[in-house]
Amino acid sequence: MSFTFNGVAQILVFFVILVLITKPVGLYLIAVFEKRKTWLDPVLRPVERLFYKVAGVDEQREHDWKMYAVAMLIFSVISTVPLYIFERIQNHLPLNPAGQGPVDPTLAWNTAVSFLTNTNWQNYSGETTMSYFTQMAGLAFHNFTSAAVGIIIAVAVIRGFTRRSASNLGNFWVDLVRCCLYILLPIAFVYALVLVWQGVPQNFNAYTHIAGIQGFAQTIAQGPVASQEAIKMMGTNGGGFFNANSAHPFENPTPFSNLLEMLSIFAFGAGLIYMFGKLSGNTRNGWALFGAVSLIFLLGAFICLGAEQAGNPQLAKLGVNQTANEWSLAQPGGNMEGKEMRFGIGSSTLFATVTTDASCGAINSWHDSYTPIGGMVPLVNIQLGEIIFGGVGSGLYGLLVFAILSVFIAGLMVGRTPEYLGKKIEQFEMKMAALAILILPLSILGFTALAIVLKPGYSAIANAGPHGLTEVLYAFSSMTGNNGSAFAGLGTTTVGTPSFAFYNWTGSFAMIIGRFAFLIPVMALAGSLAKKKIVPAGPGTFPTTTPLFTGLVIGVILIVGALTFFPALALGPIVEHLLMLAGKTF
Amino acid sequence: MIDREEPAPVLPPESLPADNTQDRDTHGRIGSPVAKARRPRRGASLFDPTIMRRAIGDSFKKLDPRVQMKNPVMFVVEIGSVITTIEFVRALLDPGLAGDRLFIFGVAVWLWFTVLFANFAEAMAEGRGKAQADTLRRARTETLARRFVVKGAEVVIHTSPTESVAAPELRKGDLVLVEAGDLIPGDGEVIEGVASVDESAITGESAPVIRESGGDRSAVTGGTRVLSDWVIVRISSNPGETFLDRMIALVEGANRQKTPNEIALNILLASLTIIFLLAVVTLEPFAIYSGAPVSVTALIALLVCLIPTTIGGLLSAIGIAGMDRLVQRNVLAMSGRAVEAAGDVDVLLLDKTGTITLGNRMASEFIPVSGVGEQELAEAALLSSLPDETPEGRSIVVLARERYHLGEPHQENGQDGHPANQQNMNFIPFSATTRMSGVDISAGGSNGTGGARRLRKGAGDAIIAWVSEGVGAIPSDLRPTVERISRAGGTPLVVAEQAGANPPRILGVIYLKDIVKSGMRERFDELRRMGIRTVMITGDNPLTAAAIAQEAGVDDFLAQATPETKMKLIREQQSGGKLVAMTGDGTNDAPALAQADVGVAMNTGTQAAKEAGNMVDLDSNPTKLIEIVEVGKQLLITRGALTTFSIANDVAKYFAIIPAVFVITYPQLQALNVMRLATPHSAVLSAVIFNALIIVALIPLALRGVKFRPIGAGPLLRRNLLIYGIGGIILPFIGIKLIDLILVALNLTH
Repeated sequence: MSFTFNGVAQILVFFVILVLITKPVGLYLIAVFEKRKTWLDPVLRPVERLFYKVAGVDEQREHDWKMYAVAMLIFSVISTVPLYIFERIQNHLPLNPAGQGPVDPTLAWNTAVSFLTNTNWQNYSGETTMSYFTQMAGLAFHNFTSAAVGIIIAVAVIRGFTRRSASNLGNFWVDLVRCCLYILLPIAFVYALVLVWQGVPQNFNAYTHIAGIQGFAQTIAQGPVASQEAIKMMGTNGGGFFNANSAHPFENPTPFSNLLEMLSIFAFGAGLIYMFGKLSGNTRNGWALFGAVSLIFLLGAFICLGAEQAGNPQLAKLGVNQTANEWSLAQPGGNMEGKEMRFGIGSSTLFATVTTDASCGAINSWHDSYTPIGGMVPLVNIQLGEIIFGGVGSGLYGLLVFAILSVFIAGLMVGRTPEYLGKKIEQFEMKMAALAILILPLSILGFTALAIVLKPGYSAIANAGPHGLTEVLYAFSSMTGNNGSAFAGLGTTTVGTPSFAFYNWTGSFAMIIGRFAFLIPVMALAGSLAKKKIVPAGPGTFPTTTPLFTGLVIGVILIVGALTFFPALALGPIVEHLLMLAGKTF
Repeated sequence: MIDREEPAPVLPPESLPADNTQDRDTHGRIGSPVAKARRPRRGASLFDPTIMRRAIGDSFKKLDPRVQMKNPVMFVVEIGSVITTIEFVRALLDPGLAGDRLFIFGVAVWLWFTVLFANFAEAMAEGRGKAQADTLRRARTETLARRFVVKGAEVVIHTSPTESVAAPELRKGDLVLVEAGDLIPGDGEVIEGVASVDESAITGESAPVIRESGGDRSAVTGGTRVLSDWVIVRISSNPGETFLDRMIALVEGANRQKTPNEIALNILLASLTIIFLLAVVTLEPFAIYSGAPVSVTALIALLVCLIPTTIGGLLSAIGIAGMDRLVQRNVLAMSGRAVEAAGDVDVLLLDKTGTITLGNRMASEFIPVSGVGEQELAEAALLSSLPDETPEGRSIVVLARERYHLGEPHQENGQDGHPANQQNMNFIPFSATTRMSGVDISAGGSNGTGGARRLRKGAGDAIIAWVSEGVGAIPSDLRPTVERISRAGGTPLVVAEQAGANPPRILGVIYLKDIVKSGMRERFDELRRMGIRTVMITGDNPLTAAAIAQEAGVDDFLAQATPETKMKLIREQQSGGKLVAMTGDGTNDAPALAQADVGVAMNTGTQAAKEAGNMVDLDSNPTKLIEIVEVGKQLLITRGALTTFSIANDVAKYFAIIPAVFVITYPQLQALNVMRLATPHSAVLSAVIFNALIIVALIPLALRGVKFRPIGAGPLLRRNLLIYGIGGIILPFIGIKLIDLILVALNLTH
């Protein structure tokens, strides 16, 4: 482990700003979903009403969890169809200056599922596959709606946890409209303009063909990037306009844009935790949860930074100086393989940690090229369920499942049947929480095991040994976790190969399972909790506002995660690290 | 206490005082319940040899897969045991596996032991209940009942014809006559007569209790014995449904239902088992990819070590033992659900009389009116109370002697104070019409009334009337004193005297105080620290109630309580999400008992009360609720502690097994072998052995329960997390290492 002032300072500055924006974001979320007055009302309220009028939605009517979930599923299924069609017939649609042909059917399916589920796993290169129309009307549309669905499910879950003897969790359509109209669209609009200011293109131009400095012909891809970049980050979608994602100078041109992108990944996750605390009438519980995820975030960020900055001891043996010179741009030290020179180790490892803590999946460096331990941090982050601030919405409800698990295991030790926020955790809640917790390892380990023994699965592996296992494990962790970042090194993108079809299909199932098989038990859990009375807290009640609770939640998250994935990790990054120390790399 | 052989002197009904609450406590027991020594608790010691022998046998019987299937965790272990046994047989037949035979054999044997140990824990917990059931069955001996031939109609003792029938032939509604020496043939209600009954067969309590028709003490239980007098009983339950039958079924755990929290915990344990099953099953493909296939035996060993066998194996034992702890405290819970609910109780409703206060008012002070000396008043009070056998009267005597050092009375006769020797004293007992009692003392032993002295004590207005009648003066400071005492929650007894022909005069007031039982404040403080609010229920007026509530240290009170206001209070608390516990014995308590989440009926109470509540306290001790709450909490804490411990244990097991199974392919993984275990085989075997032995080691804890400490939820959680969480992580590292060292010493490490 090795640390630079630069790297440490970046982590701390980022964290301090995050803490500062948490409460304002949370308060705005509350205003929107509690239908309080916002300063956008004069402009947006008439538009909102128009939507309801056209769609025939009764604004006052609320749904129970089943209706809410059904509405969500109907919306998801129906909204996926246009995306698939756009992909398949984009050559007949406008805004295709690069002349992209129709997308392969299995890829189109995989991509449709990927954007529907907020995963944004991209088994393609954006600039050579998708037309501007598909990018804007298909992919960006889902960037908005999948993020909105995540947020409003979290809001419905919050209502379930905080309402007393109620059966309804809200109106899906109203929540959806308000989330897009009051939160995502206005912020994305301003955000996109800021990105344009920083140098991100926003045009419908055809690709520019130039002769590069060295005289080779070069094609400069461009397009309506800024508008997509904004929602890609704040909606924790992560699907890049270009294949290089946020490592591409047109997606992430400056250190400022880099900081802004990282902050926007965490913004809603953090705000939702605040909202949860505030609406449950127990702001301190919200901060206790915030503390738990903060500590896990910082732990991951420092390990990742330390491992990358330390570099590879094998190179040191060859006489390579891997010690950073803080004041020289020419000597970043550590492991710079796969990292952008513009960002260096500090900005890269922090970005990698943030994008996997949440289910974003945007990347500004190649995780495949990290040291084994440095690369294990993003992998473990995903496997913990992306609850560390987490994706829009999914982070919070995943975290709440762990909170329930924590109070259930340890809550008994205060001599009362477990309760959380005054609600008794009983059979049904336990069943649903257990189901939700079970889904992730089932899909991650199940599909990885399948891929690693089947030829179309393992033949895509580029690197031998434990690193190859890590590549597959990362892929299915990322897809199941709806993260979408790729470890890289897995050759799955060549159309027509068995691996291409195999990963398109298994991946799409992993993504669907990771999204919906997790989400529905959580909704059922919220629906059941909403019906319960709230037992007022007393001196005998399990304390959920103390550092003890924070520590307990951290312990349960880490132990459950570690126990589930330790064997797989031991044969992947852990043994790779030990082999690296022994002089063998992959 | 009453000698069982000679109950007669106290017990003929006609000898009972008109106000029969005076001689008995509020639950019909004779003598003071407080003074009575606690009888030894029922049940055998934790590791009674006979119970152990039976439990060992049962451990093998429980290997039946149909039994194991009910416990998903242990069922997986049993399947693992079967597979490793088959593996062992295969190894015996395959010369290529000769080197692994000892290892596979070791794992197979210890996996079987794991299942057996868990079975043993459950059998031990059940065994204690079974032993108690056997004792109870002995009380259910065949007895002949004298049934009245005519049903329903008026029956008259000794005139209406009776027939002899066997007790099991009695049906609901039958009328039977039970006389001194007879066993009561079945549960029922006394419809005529009064008798003293020995209920020790049910309660273990040797002091007899009074059972009489009407009122709250009419219920009798089959299997108990009438000691004196006779009663006519209307049988209220059919054979097989009696209290005794239910009690036997309960302590035996014959049809034990899993409680809600136990089911929820089982769901968690099952899902953890599935997660680990996934982790282990998928490990094989990863291992094959890595070129290091793992043997089935090692995989099963890993699986069994990871799944929560410690809590899975002890869970049902914890539940049974929890019920058993209640039985040892002489409480019968009709369902495990009620025991769990007891741990969650937020509000405790307690009757004032008999629970918070002694039930009898005691003299605490003599307050003379102006012009009368305190000593003079004390002496008069003493004299007037000497023959008074009521608890109040006795307390006046005690106070006068102790505080005013009025030794043996120095009055005329010079005899000791026993009324039998006061031939010149004529005791005038309390009556509801005069509302006073007193004594007339003839002067100098002669029968002349001239020097006679008449002493009276009683309610303020009654005495005032008596004094006024004799044209005596009423001192101006009397009324303020009387009012002050009333306001403070006490009862004022005014004392007056008429000496010779003088007009009667008022001497002063005796302050009778409702004495709060000693130690109650501490118990309520304890409850408060447990997070439980106590509410005192009393028929007193709000002023009096407030004073006593203040003194006893309860959090709140309900004054002038009626069954309706009690119900209302419970409903209010429940609608606020609180769990309410209460005790009661009367028929008018029944609705409230049924409404409360934990309703503890006194065994001395009516049938209606016993049926409405979900627990019956055989000791009929209302403060028992506190112990019940503790048992409920203990049950939950034990479950939580062992679950935490079980999961925490896994960390060490990973460090033992993972490097061991892959070390041949990846020697570098030896770095994870932090315990430096000798060989791969000894590492796996040590983990498996530790996993089995820890179940046995924790049986006493599971049966006794983790101690509950009323130190508040935060500190309690911190403490238990430290012991069972952090301890659970550290202990197996030490344990596995020790077992490994022993295996090395025994040369079993191949």
